[in-house]
Amino acid sequence: MKERRFVRELLESKQRILMLSFVVGIIFLFLVIQLWHLQILNAANYHAMSENNRLRFVPVAASRGTIMDRTGKVLVSNRPSFSLAVVPQEVKDKEKLLTLLSDMLGLDRADMADRWEKAKGRARYYPIVLASNISRDHVEIIEENRLRLPGVEIEMKPVREYTGGQLAAHLLGYIGEVSEKDLDTSGFEDYNPGDYIGKNGIERALEKELHGIDGGRQLEVDARGRVLRTVSESYPTVGRSVLLTIDAAIQEQAESAFGDQAGAAVVMNVNNGEILAFVSNPGFDPALFSGRLPADVWQRYLDDKRHPLENKALSGQYPPGSTFKMITALAGLQNNIINDSTSINCNGSYSLGTSTFKCWNKKGHGVTNLHKSLRESCDVYYYQLGEKLGVDRIAAAARAFKLGSPLGVELLNERSGLIPTAEWKQKRFGKRWYHGETLPVAIGQGAVLMTPIQLASMTATIANEGTVYRPHLVKRIVDADGKTLRETKAEIIGTTPFSKESFRLVKEGMLAVVNERGGTGAMAKVYDVKVAGKSGSAQVVKMRDSKNSSQYQYRDHALFVAFAPFDNPEVAVAVIVEHGEHGGSAAAPIAGRILRAYFDGKKPPRKEAPATPKKNDTNTATDEKEISAVVKEPQATGEPTHD
Amino acid sequence: MIDRRLLINIDLVLAGLVVTVCLLGILNIYSATTPYKIVGTAYYIKQFYWMLLGMSISLAVSSIDYHILEDLSYWFYGLLLLLLIAVLLVGKKTMGATRWLDFGLFTIQPSELMKIVIVMTFARFFNNFQSVGGRTVKEALIPLGLLAVPAALIMKQPDLGTATLVILIALSMIIYVGLRWSAIVTFICITVPMAWIGWTFLLRPYQKNRVLDFLDPERSRLGSGYHIIQSKIAVGSGGLTGKGFIKGTQSQLRFLPEQHTDFAFSVFAEEWGFIGCLLLIILYLSLVLWGLNIARRCNDRFGGLLAVGVTAMLFWHIVINMGMVIGLFPVVGVPLPFFSYGGTSMITSMVGIGLLQSISMRRFMF
Repeated sequence: MKERRFVRELLESKQRILMLSFVVGIIFLFLVIQLWHLQILNAANYHAMSENNRLRFVPVAASRGTIMDRTGKVLVSNRPSFSLAVVPQEVKDKEKLLTLLSDMLGLDRADMADRWEKAKGRARYYPIVLASNISRDHVEIIEENRLRLPGVEIEMKPVREYTGGQLAAHLLGYIGEVSEKDLDTSGFEDYNPGDYIGKNGIERALEKELHGIDGGRQLEVDARGRVLRTVSESYPTVGRSVLLTIDAAIQEQAESAFGDQAGAAVVMNVNNGEILAFVSNPGFDPALFSGRLPADVWQRYLDDKRHPLENKALSGQYPPGSTFKMITALAGLQNNIINDSTSINCNGSYSLGTSTFKCWNKKGHGVTNLHKSLRESCDVYYYQLGEKLGVDRIAAAARAFKLGSPLGVELLNERSGLIPTAEWKQKRFGKRWYHGETLPVAIGQGAVLMTPIQLASMTATIANEGTVYRPHLVKRIVDADGKTLRETKAEIIGTTPFSKESFRLVKEGMLAVVNERGGTGAMAKVYDVKVAGKSGSAQVVKMRDSKNSSQYQYRDHALFVAFAPFDNPEVAVAVIVEHGEHGGSAAAPIAGRILRAYFDGKKPPRKEAPATPKKNDTNTATDEKEISAVVKEPQATGEPTHD
Repeated sequence: MIDRRLLINIDLVLAGLVVTVCLLGILNIYSATTPYKIVGTAYYIKQFYWMLLGMSISLAVSSIDYHILEDLSYWFYGLLLLLLIAVLLVGKKTMGATRWLDFGLFTIQPSELMKIVIVMTFARFFNNFQSVGGRTVKEALIPLGLLAVPAALIMKQPDLGTATLVILIALSMIIYVGLRWSAIVTFICITVPMAWIGWTFLLRPYQKNRVLDFLDPERSRLGSGYHIIQSKIAVGSGGLTGKGFIKGTQSQLRFLPEQHTDFAFSVFAEEWGFIGCLLLIILYLSLVLWGLNIARRCNDRFGGLLAVGVTAMLFWHIVINMGMVIGLFPVVGVPLPFFSYGGTSMITSMVGIGLLQSISMRRFMF
């Protein structure tokens, strides 16, 4: 039985072999048909094509677009960089040539030999770069000895030059060779290994604009592959240039105002969302990153406690601290929980259940209304208000400012910050929200997080009374001839539901912060402009060990937000000094210097974007009078004393 | 060691075909590498050494009674899976893919060995589990699983060419043992959506580009589409009789990519024309048909399956490589057996020939 089945199977499989042989024959026939098609039917065509095929293509990289500030001042451009290359087919004695070059120029022979070895598989007419970024002296020596160095070429290639040195390093970013990861990303299929690409900052975000279109040269070669002449040249298209909204003068002042301190600052036009300065301190030298970064420099950057490589303005997330009180106040006013005359009594702390919540001023602020609560940053006032509001109504007010999600600035990896709600806690931790947790949120602590961009945007929205503009860094894209290709228009991404009256009360409180006795932000004053602001300090660690509190990394962050001029706001500033402790003493002076830089820059009439409304001189004069009046006000009782 | 009676039975047709193709290959490599600046031993000399080494390996393999392999096959399979995993973990990285394992003295490419081992594994499996009237879906699931694991590991390296070959070899064996119509329909219904998923999520951009370049070579004249165009120009310009030995302009001026390895046939077609190509194709066709003939003559099932698998391996290499060179398939890195320059391909193919010899020599011993 088994035997019979076996025989049957064997026969079956033999039949199948015949069938397979037949299929194999058919498939081979297809090969023959295609060969017939190519070699017999189209032979003349292909023969002609092969005869004309004396052309080679050598790619030529496009020169990258420049990056300028809003006034057209160049921040990043290109300078020529020379490299030493050899065309292998023209070199008779490789070893002798290498020795000659290293003797003549003092270049590392082993390194050059290594590069030569690595490029071995390529066509012999293709130049191999032996040393890049050689000095002009080297270029001259080579030119003088041309005859002794057959096959040696000087290649000129544009490299990035950062006119401002470290200025706005995080914002501008740097370029480098395209990574394998990039090559695998969709949108970058056209890139080849060895191409340069923006790695971060504007260089990355606007890569497509800045890169340009690579060109190439068609070379005619002889039967031995030697270049006879350049047949045609498709010139590379220079990348487009980018005009930023940044004002280099303000940027410079802002960066120097930070000194050695770590932190971030964002300066924004309150009427269109243009970012005028974008600071993350300490900076780094972007030029170093465009070439081979020396290991010790890299290590120094990594070891720095202040994290110089981090873009703090974009991706730093900080508890806003007392700068969040405006939002809590607006929520209270909108929900009719408080009005301008509602007062509480602050005795230095507030108890809820078994917990005690302390005011920063242990002695207490006494009878406190909204105006005084902002001016002196009374925590107890906001504990009580927050308790009545509940977390979700505070969060709703914050969301009206578009907080808790990225605002859509052009740079990649903008962070979203965090506005906690009861639902968020349930989702994240699976626990319900306790009432006591609302109190820290009301003063911008607890889980609340904001980025410096969000802080600036919030301040701008308060200043313009309710319009949220998309913060943006790119003003214009221009082509090589200076023609504008694209201009960023102000984009409104939200409006708030708060009344004009509510904004007026909050803004007057902010004016008092800077200008009234007892206010926490006097150091942000500008001589002839009325500034309104709010200080804040954010706890870095919740349960502070008294031993550690003096250590740098445990100190509070200092914050200050401000806008000016008070009566017709133009500019908003947000400053964070990491571990600077007190907003009023560490961050407010920086905000003041930035605002001074802004208004100084406006004095000699400059060609500015029409979007920024210009103030006339008479207006500034009255501002001055008013300010002096305010400063001289003898008693600061907490009542509004002006307007 | 080698039984003399066996040596008398050595398959001279098989040996003759292989040696002829090898010698033509060496001649062609000599021409293809003329424009290269050679450092050290010339490529055609090295290929000659590879041929000698390959033939010795082939002889050694043929002296082994292939029935022993039946017991060893699953062990080989397991060992190779471990090696493939090792490649992904500690493999040598070259040109964006990790394919090699470095053992200090020598490097090996486990994905290449998988081509042979999948044949042994399937031969044993189908020998153990026989069925009449074709396999049902359920009966085909285990072999498909045996195939999917190594194929996925090779794909991950990523080495699309080898993965495709392993899959094609295995599928050929499945078709040889037969599938019921119901199974065929079911698998088509599953494969089509899977292919879509693979295209959308698994293929890397450069792999997609290759397929797209194949479909429309003008898409990127300087990318991989360039290779297809240049290769077609080379083949077509050869005409009926060719441009003559070392007279092909496409190859001598180096318009062809990898002209001594994957595009060796392109050089041959340019220099020897349609007549030369026809000769080479007839040689290869004879080789494949002879392989199938060995399978047909073999009187035990395992040997038959082994012979079909090895023949399928040679067949797909030949068809895919030639198809690529003349513009019927996209550019995948598949060498032409015995003809392209390279030790790895030579050894794998010669091991296959050794197996065929072993089967052919023992056909009277049943």
